[in-house]
Amino acid sequence: MISIQGLYKQFGKLEVLKGIDIEVEKGNVVVVIGPSGSGKTTMLRCLNVLETPTKGVISIEGNTLDFSGNVPKKNIAAFRRLTGMVFQSYNLFPHKTALENVMEGPVIVKNENKESARKKAQTLLEKVGLGDKVDYYPAQLSGGQQQRVGIARALAMEPKVMLFDEPTSALDPELVGEVLKVMKDLATEGMTMIVVTHEMRFAREAADEVIFMDQGVVVERDKPENIFTNPKEERTKKFLNMIQ
Amino acid sequence: MTELIKKSQRNGLVKMYLSSIFADPERTARLIDIAQSSFLPLLKGAIFYTIPLTIITFIVGLVLAILTALARISHVRIFQMIARVYVSAIRGTPLIVQLFIIFYGLPNIGIIIDSYTAAVIGFSLSVGAYTSEIIRAAILSTPKGQWEAGYSIGMSYSQVLRRIILPQAARVSIPPLSNSFISLVKDTSLASLVLVSEMFRKAQEIAASNYEFLLVYSEAALIYWVICFILSIIQQVLEKKLDRYV
Repeated sequence: MISIQGLYKQFGKLEVLKGIDIEVEKGNVVVVIGPSGSGKTTMLRCLNVLETPTKGVISIEGNTLDFSGNVPKKNIAAFRRLTGMVFQSYNLFPHKTALENVMEGPVIVKNENKESARKKAQTLLEKVGLGDKVDYYPAQLSGGQQQRVGIARALAMEPKVMLFDEPTSALDPELVGEVLKVMKDLATEGMTMIVVTHEMRFAREAADEVIFMDQGVVVERDKPENIFTNPKEERTKKFLNMIQ
Repeated sequence: MTELIKKSQRNGLVKMYLSSIFADPERTARLIDIAQSSFLPLLKGAIFYTIPLTIITFIVGLVLAILTALARISHVRIFQMIARVYVSAIRGTPLIVQLFIIFYGLPNIGIIIDSYTAAVIGFSLSVGAYTSEIIRAAILSTPKGQWEAGYSIGMSYSQVLRRIILPQAARVSIPPLSNSFISLVKDTSLASLVLVSEMFRKAQEIAASNYEFLLVYSEAALIYWVICFILSIIQQVLEKKLDRYV
């Protein structure tokens, strides 16, 4: 199980997260929606400590980081390995092929044997539908293909939870589907996922729970069928009206 | 004498020099002889001193530059300060003065360094300071997302730096680093002033014995040019190689 308790984040004087509490059951898919500036991306980045929270406790399957005190760097690196991150702008390593991108973590961080890491990477790339593109460099791939390599790269570390930060926002419309399909397959396999996205169809079809955030707080959380057809909070209604 | 000056004005100096050679077969033979006999010593100076001095100091300087660049972008104040003072001091003083301090100055406080080592130290410090700015800019030009991607798969600072950032920084820094390297080839001629018998010093010695300054120094210049020309070809090959994935 994943839990976030009393999470605060300030950038200088700007308070971006004002006390977030979220739990995610193992195997569940949680979609986070909300207007820009609501803090959803920051929340996600706090969960793998790319941003250091100002205050709060995060825990993944019994591993806990408490940011009310000093957290040693070693603990942060160990905690990060529990999460897999997929970025809006893919952030593939441009000087490495698709296969090398996926192998990098297992070989360098986990000291896995190169041959077995290569086999595993090959399997993962086949899984995201890129078995024939393993030796391509990122610049030779389309956005959708790059993002699928990004997903494979994160999966290679065998994370407990996959974090998706607007994974389809930078894509041309016709490429969105192929990435969402891979994500749906992952969800069906029982991967625990937290997805920040504007893809309402994905939320409707794949999410176990939808969280609506606004101005640094969780406004509402519910099953997708409830939140999309019958939102309780005024702010949720307004937001959904605006985007639909 | 006045006749000579008048003649030179009429014909131009180069023409006069050439005609003075070719009008006199004995002098022509002498010059060809000097050009031939000085080529090997000059080449030896280049192969045994100029080129090794350039390569060694560039490697040491590059290591210094990477360390300095990392210190500059680190969050530790004292590292930043040391790096800033180092770069400022080296860039703010002439290379020849630095070499003289190391070779002629340090013996005054009991530190005696042979001329070759003194040159290596002096040039390395200089290369380190100048190229640290190139390395720093190259590291900063790598998108922040690359650091984050590295961290997100559990890599440490040094792993991200070594495996992800520096290889990408290397690509953008090839053209400015080649510039520095080519400058360094020519700057090593300053080592002649701290008694390293590199190519230019050899040229001075040869010219001092036969007074054919124009010929001997031109010959040395030509060898420098050839070396630098080869280097710029290597630069092009390197750029092409590193460009393949962009």
